[in-house]
Amino acid sequence: MNLNDQTIGNDILPGDIRPHINTELQNGKPLFVSHRKPLEESLENPIPQIMVKELNFYYGRQKALSKVSLGIPAKKATALIGPSGCGKSTLLRTFSRMNDLIANARIEGTVTIDGRNIYDRDTDVVELRRRVGMVFQKSTPFPKSIYDNVAYGLRIVGIRDKKTLDQIVEKSLRQAVLWEEVKDNLGKSALALSGGQQQRLCIARALAVGPEILLMDEPCSALDPNATARIEELIFELKDDYTVVIVTHNMQQAVRVSDFTAFLYLGELIEFGSTQKIFTVPKDRRTEAYLTGKFG
Amino acid sequence: MSLKNFKEALIEKIIFLSGIASIILVILIFIFLAKEGLSLFKSVHLGDFLLGRRWHPISEPPQFGVLPLILGSLFVTLGAAVISVPMGIASAIYIAEVAPPRMKEILKSGIELLAAIPSVVLGFIGMTTLVPFVKHHLNLPTGLTAFSGSVMLAFMAMPTIVSIAEDALTAVPQKYKEAALALGATRWQAIHRVILRAASSGIVAAVMLGIGRVVGETMAVMMITGNAVRMPTSLFQPVRTLTATIAAEMGETVRGSAHYHALFAIGIVLFVITFVINLIADWAVHRKLK
Ligand SMILES: Nc1ncnc2c1ncn2[C@@H]1O[C@H](COP(=O)(O)OP(=O)(O)OP(=O)(O)O)[C@@H](O)[C@H]1O
Ligand SMILES: [Mg+2]
Repeated sequence: MNLNDQTIGNDILPGDIRPHINTELQNGKPLFVSHRKPLEESLENPIPQIMVKELNFYYGRQKALSKVSLGIPAKKATALIGPSGCGKSTLLRTFSRMNDLIANARIEGTVTIDGRNIYDRDTDVVELRRRVGMVFQKSTPFPKSIYDNVAYGLRIVGIRDKKTLDQIVEKSLRQAVLWEEVKDNLGKSALALSGGQQQRLCIARALAVGPEILLMDEPCSALDPNATARIEELIFELKDDYTVVIVTHNMQQAVRVSDFTAFLYLGELIEFGSTQKIFTVPKDRRTEAYLTGKFG
Repeated sequence: MSLKNFKEALIEKIIFLSGIASIILVILIFIFLAKEGLSLFKSVHLGDFLLGRRWHPISEPPQFGVLPLILGSLFVTLGAAVISVPMGIASAIYIAEVAPPRMKEILKSGIELLAAIPSVVLGFIGMTTLVPFVKHHLNLPTGLTAFSGSVMLAFMAMPTIVSIAEDALTAVPQKYKEAALALGATRWQAIHRVILRAASSGIVAAVMLGIGRVVGETMAVMMITGNAVRMPTSLFQPVRTLTATIAAEMGETVRGSAHYHALFAIGIVLFVITFVINLIADWAVHRKLK
C-alpha cells in the first residue's frame, strides 16, 4: 500500500470515510482497531485496498454495472447490498477476475488492488486469485475428503510435505471453526457434511491458500439461523486479519458483520459509506426505500 | 369414456406394449442362444471348449477349443483400447474444456460423422490403406494382423468414447471448476485434479462402452485381421476373433450339428464378455464416493 492509493482513495471515497493520512499509515502498517471498540472510532482510518474506478460491465449487450466507483478499505468487512439482479455478484466477481470465465463478458474501467490494476494485460490471474479468495453462495466442496479439500490449494502449488500440509489444514479448519467437529474424520467425504459445515469447509479451503482478501457471495443464504450465526461470528473474527467483502440479502447480517456498506441498484452504486450511517441516515431516498422494504 | 380419456388410455397401452415387447424379445433371444449353445456340452467338455487350443470344427474328430479365438479377440480389443482410450479421453477433454465454441461444434460434428461411417466401409478403407502400410513399414509377411485390426477398431471406439466422456465432463457442475480456479488453480490443474475426478465414473462408462463396441465388432475385423485360427503370440500376427468365427462359419454349418451348437456357444461367450463389461460400466456409473 503506498501513498498513491491514498490519493486515489480521496477522490472516490465518500466524504464520511475519507481517510486522513497520518504518519502511522506512511510506514505501511494499517491501523489495527479491535472490533470491540465503538464503530465510530474504528472508522477513522480506512485504508482502501480495492479501488474500483468507473467500472462498466457488460454481459453481451446487457449492461450489468454502470460507472461504479468505490474504495474498499483494508482489514474491514464491507457489505454489498441491493435488490436481486442489481449486480452485486458481478461486482464481487470482478475483484478476482472470476468473470473471465464468462464468454462475451466485457469490462471497462479499472479495479486496482494494492496499487495495481488487476485488469492490466500482464496480471497473473492465478496469482491474483491466490491473494483474493472467494466463497460462493452455494457451498462447493469438491467430491473429495475433508482433508483433501482444504489441502487442494496447497497441493496445486506443489506443497507435498505431509507435516506442512497437516499444519495448515488444521490451522485453517480451526480458523473456520470447523476443526472440533471434523478432526476425527478428516478422511470422510466432504459431501457428507451438513450444509453449514460444508460452507465453513469452503471458507477453510479458501483461507488455507493464505489470501489477503476474502470475497463472500451470500455465504449464509442456504443455512439455518444457527449455522448463519457461526459464520457471522467467523467473519467478525476474520476481518481482523483479512479484507472481507460480503454480498448479503440479509440487512441484519450486514449490520452485524460489516463496517461499510455499498448499496447497488440497477447496476449503479447508489450509496457507499459506514454501515452505521447507511442504515441510520441514508442519503439517497432509494437506499432508504430499499432498507425500509419498499422494494427488492 | 370420453374421447380424451380414451386417447390417454390408448397411448398408455401402446407405450406399455412397446416396452414389454423389447424385454420379451431380449429374453427370447437369450433363451434361444442358451438352448442352441448349451447343447454343445452334451458332447464336448466345458473345459475343453474354453481352454482347448485348437479350433478344427470340420476335421475328424472335430476340435472345439475357443482359446485362440478368445485370445484373438482379447489382443485386438486390448490393442484398440490402448490406442483409443487415451486419445478418446484427450479429445473429450479438449472438446469439453479447452476448445473455443466454434471449434467445439466442428469437432462434435466430426465425431458424429466418424460414428456414422459403416464398419464395412472402415474395413474396406483399412484393407486398402492400412494393411499395405503395416506390411511395408513394419516389414511383415502380411499386413493382415491383430495390430491393423486394433487400429481400425480404435477408430470405431473413438466416437463412443469421445461423445460419452465429453458428456460426462460437461455434466461436471461449473461450480467445481470455478471453485478450483478461485483457489488459484491453473486451467490444467482444475481439469486434472477436479473435473476429471468428478467425471471419472462417466469416463469409465465411456471407455467400457467403447470397448464393448470393439468386442462386438465383426465386419471390419474379418476383413483386416487375417482370420488365422492359431494361438496368437504377438500383435503383429494374423488372428481370428470370436465374432469373425461366427460370421465366417455360420453359413457352412448343418443346422443341429455340433459345429452349429459350438458357434452358438461362442455366442454365449461373447454375451458373457459384453455383459461383464456392461456390469463394470454400470458399477462405475453408480459408484458413489464412500
Ligand atoms: N452469466 C451471465 N450471463 C448473462 N447475464 C448475467 C450473467 N450473470 C448475471 N447476469 C445478469 O447481470 C445482472 C446482474 O447479475 P448479478 O448476478 O450480479 O446480480 P445480483 O445482484 O448478484 O443478484 P442476486 O441477489 O439475485 O444474486 C442481472 O440482470 C443478471 O441477469
Ligand atoms: Mg448474486
